[in-house]
Amino acid sequence: MPLQIDGKTYETDEEGYLANLGDWTPELATAMATADGAELEDNHWEVINFLREYYEEYQIAPAVRVLTKAIGKKLGKDKGNSKYLYELFPYGPAKQACKYAGLPKPTGCV
Amino acid sequence: MDEAGNGGGNGVTKKFMYMNRKAPYGTVYALESLEVVLIAAAFEQDISVVFADDGVYQLMKGQDTEGIGMKNFSPAYAALGDYDINKIYIERESLEERGLSLDDLQALTWEDEDDDWKEKSSLHLVGRDELAALIAEQDIVLSF
Amino acid sequence: MLHIVNKSPFERNALESCLRLAADGSAVLLIEDGVVAAASNTRFGGMLADGMKRDLKFFVLSHDAAARGLAPERLAPGVETVDYGGFVDLVTSHDTVQSWL
Repeated sequence: MPLQIDGKTYETDEEGYLANLGDWTPELATAMATADGAELEDNHWEVINFLREYYEEYQIAPAVRVLTKAIGKKLGKDKGNSKYLYELFPYGPAKQACKYAGLPKPTGCV
Repeated sequence: MDEAGNGGGNGVTKKFMYMNRKAPYGTVYALESLEVVLIAAAFEQDISVVFADDGVYQLMKGQDTEGIGMKNFSPAYAALGDYDINKIYIERESLEERGLSLDDLQALTWEDEDDDWKEKSSLHLVGRDELAALIAEQDIVLSF
Repeated sequence: MLHIVNKSPFERNALESCLRLAADGSAVLLIEDGVVAAASNTRFGGMLADGMKRDLKFFVLSHDAAARGLAPERLAPGVETVDYGGFVDLVTSHDTVQSWL
């Protein structure tokens, strides 16, 4: 199920996760969101960028619980809760945000 | 899975130990164990992770897998603290046998929420007898 | 003859069997988990040194050593590192190859 944007083709897995982390661009994230009928605003980008930094450091996509705690620590308590994150990413913060961030699906996420 | 992850299960906490005894990359055991540990962390059990025998090589600093075309998954061990896994035991004799010391292993830390988020080491160097006692007190030991 | 060992000597006795049975002057290449045998300051250092006394030549695949955090300076003296090209050269320059699985 390759992704086609601006005439370029990007490999993805069967669930739409980018096959090559290195292919990622912000434009790609926007296009993936648009395809889902979502629009990315600053609040979304905070989380997406956080996920990319996390992956860069640890080479894994964090579990929701870990993401929530870490976001709270970095961006403030009002954002470090699952309600806030689910409002931003209704399909699940780990799943949906990881997808837009170009990361693989988090380990243990079904 | 979610219920357990949110601590809303039936409240039974068991002592789980993950025993790692293989060098990384030559076999899939090390990576499999890491993934299982990360998943198991969601169930809020009493988890400890042991590196003994060749398993100590899993935590070696400076792993460079570019030449073997495999993913270097060693940075993920540093995330274990975020997953509330901070009882990581290294068998002293296994290190010594391999001419290694704790300095050769990557530092693993966790932040203690109850102590002003102070960063503490997750690595515990234990001798053979001490490790034997730890194993004896587990409910479940999973071997990799 | 070129002997290839891919198991850690701490875990299996493949290296010991290899050294027991390899003829003087043979080459021994350590790959995959077998590279840990070449780490300095282990009890296998003596075994390698004994082998060198009877003209065994030891090689270690550098990529497998690097993956396990074993930089060249951590390897026992007298052990030579080879890359994949060197691996191929070893195979082609020996008439027979024996893998100790």
